Amino acid sequence: MTIVQTCPAPIMQHETVQMAHGAGGRLSQALMQRVFMPHLHNSFLDLLDDQAKLDLPSGRIAFTTDTYVVSPIFFPGGNIGELAVNGTVNDLAVGGAKPLYLSAGFVLEEGFSLAELEVIVKSMAEAAHRAGVMMVTGDTKVVGKGQCDRIFINTSGIGVIREGVNLSCRNLKAGDSIILSGTVGDHGMAIMTSRTGLSFQSRITSDCGALNGMISAMLDAVPFTIHAMRDPTRGGVAATLNELAQSSSVGIEIHETTIPVKPDVRGACELLGIDPLHVANEGKLVVAVAAGDAGKVLEVMRNFDHGRDAVIIGSVVDDHPGMVVMRTVYGSRRIIDLPLGEQLPRIC
Amino acid sequence: MCLAIPGKLLELTIENGLKMGTIDVNGSKTRACLEYVPDIKVGQYTIVHAGFALKIIDEEEAAESLKLWQELIESGAFQPDEELPSAESL
Amino acid sequence: MKYIDEYRDPQLALKLLEEIRRKTARHWSIMEICGGQTHSIIRNGIDQLLPDTIELVHGPGCPVCVTPLESIERALAIAAREEVIFTSFGDMLRVPGNARDLFMVRSAGGDVRIVFSPLDALQIARDNPSKEVVFFAVGFETTAPANAMVVWQAAREGIENFSVLVSQVMVPPAMRAILSSPENRVQGFLAAGHVCAVMGYEEYEPIAREFQVPIVPTGFEPVDLLAGILKTIELLEEGKSGVVNRYGRVVSREGNPLAREIIMKVFEVTDRQWRGLGPIPGSGLGLRREFASFDAEKRFQVTNICAQESPLCMSGRVLQGMLKPDGCPAFAKECTPEHPLGATMVSSEGACAAYYNYHLTP
Ligand code: SF4
Repeated sequence: MTIVQTCPAPIMQHETVQMAHGAGGRLSQALMQRVFMPHLHNSFLDLLDDQAKLDLPSGRIAFTTDTYVVSPIFFPGGNIGELAVNGTVNDLAVGGAKPLYLSAGFVLEEGFSLAELEVIVKSMAEAAHRAGVMMVTGDTKVVGKGQCDRIFINTSGIGVIREGVNLSCRNLKAGDSIILSGTVGDHGMAIMTSRTGLSFQSRITSDCGALNGMISAMLDAVPFTIHAMRDPTRGGVAATLNELAQSSSVGIEIHETTIPVKPDVRGACELLGIDPLHVANEGKLVVAVAAGDAGKVLEVMRNFDHGRDAVIIGSVVDDHPGMVVMRTVYGSRRIIDLPLGEQLPRIC
Repeated sequence: MCLAIPGKLLELTIENGLKMGTIDVNGSKTRACLEYVPDIKVGQYTIVHAGFALKIIDEEEAAESLKLWQELIESGAFQPDEELPSAESL
Repeated sequence: MKYIDEYRDPQLALKLLEEIRRKTARHWSIMEICGGQTHSIIRNGIDQLLPDTIELVHGPGCPVCVTPLESIERALAIAAREEVIFTSFGDMLRVPGNARDLFMVRSAGGDVRIVFSPLDALQIARDNPSKEVVFFAVGFETTAPANAMVVWQAAREGIENFSVLVSQVMVPPAMRAILSSPENRVQGFLAAGHVCAVMGYEEYEPIAREFQVPIVPTGFEPVDLLAGILKTIELLEEGKSGVVNRYGRVVSREGNPLAREIIMKVFEVTDRQWRGLGPIPGSGLGLRREFASFDAEKRFQVTNICAQESPLCMSGRVLQGMLKPDGCPAFAKECTPEHPLGATMVSSEGACAAYYNYHLTP
């Protein structure tokens, strides 16, 4: 009789992220096989090379990167993974590019739940599928407990810019109409009201979504007179309008009554003393278009979920270059300034 | 100072021995301490500041003053209301 | 939104404006005490709509603005301590001390948390028994009931790891100080509606008598504000003084007696330093001796921390209506919301910041 003595086999089935998951060894591979590949696999990733080798159609390339550190990582209407895909897709699309390929870099905190990671990865795959882009390369690092907040994601993206399209925040011209694709403040207030500590409950859901389908249709209909597009994320519509006005050295005048705000978002903003124009959005679009074509653009936008509530909120003017002015319901005017950093709930 | 927002009481609870309530503000809900408005009933509106209900809104008063203002719009002329006793002549 | 939208009705507002124009014959300076009203006035451009002969003077009713530098420095010192979770309304996080603000303490490792209600701070104390939880209890009379209740409740539950840093101020003594100044230009007041919701308006009656001014408790929405202004103008034009309530749905003469009772059980009247204005006797509230064990200043021994305000800043004159913010030489130059010299530039409802953010210089 022989006794085979073996060292105990290392545990391969973990419930949480281990330092070794990022060390490049067997656990790294297991993480790849168990969590990432089932959802993300495609002809590029399947090769497991260190780089993706891409054939790009001719034309100018748009390239962008963004890092996502949102807290909480799951919020009503989405999660950090979905946000990371849609955000980068939108950054490409607003430049007039057709988004094609994405990369994803993950920083995971030791102890982070693998089940939650899988949910995030799965929704990234779904978001990429919806937006018609491919996740072609990626990376994962693990840091010690307390060195990051559960999960950070960086996504970069490449797209090809349509021939003849020249969108830039410097292109605004006096007389342009300013279109907003829908209600403001949904994402930021969804995040704020779902943070623990604030005694709030709301059913506000994030507007997190990819805009490339709608933008593509808009450019099909009106290829040359859309002058600029922006997705008003951090700093909200106020920050975006200010950037546009400053970059183009023009004034922008908007009308208070036209700005769409969902009722519960408005309620939460009133309670917390926050201006909805300063609150972040993740699936909205601000468009500057020659006034004559504004109607056509609106019509196209309203065919899409993300543009159903699209409205003209104002116009580009010669006066007060670099400044955004709002006409109030009472006929008075006030400056819409850049918000100052983080939006804080106030009592006074 | 003092952002205080009107909202409607949806339900009453007791937490840590304090009267608390859920207040609806246009579809968003907040928790508020009701110790200072112990007589409040579900469905009534109150002013909420820093998580505390400070006063039940006087619906009658509100309706009356709105009516007065509405008349003002319709008549085109302002109807001076009677002086309150605390206003005294110089 | 019920009780908000009706009071933002443009038709009604324009009608009230018309009445104000019709009634105004002379030049009048009216002070809205409350920073929330300043915010609403400027946000809605009400000052642009009023006849030129009515000047609105933005008063000192912003707790963020008038909290003395000393209290800020003490807050910063306490918040930086390792064993402390420092809790505060969002408003106070950006208020600069001499060299830093609470955000900077947080980025240096301090545990600084924003709460919406003081009771949230108490909950943090219950959840973290091994930590010292400190709440920055700032505010006017409106916030006093909340700040008083949290101390009352902590005492009742015997929560020992909780304390408050109190910087609680009151309106009537400040009004007296403004009216008593030889340079005073204020002829009538819009009293702060939410302060009056708690305190009522009894205590303004002797002020109106003594200084022969109209005082009109007023709400915050445009229609409320215009109705308050209209009443004040009527009284001024008729040469009358006295207190006339224009916020009846929320304010009664006696205010909220229950709230007043708890305030006076927990706090007592003290002298108080106001940032920009200096010391005003009897203008503050401090913890009563029975609640001294909840006093963070004593618990963390920070009473020796003192501070000097920027010599460039004229916020004291701004707060008393002697100077419009853009009349300060530092306005929009050395002093901006990103680099505030005085607290009136910090709070979005501080007179200087409100001017900076919303005012259109044609
Ligand atoms: S502008 Fe700045 S320096 Fe001048 S009074 Fe206002 S806060 Fe002070």
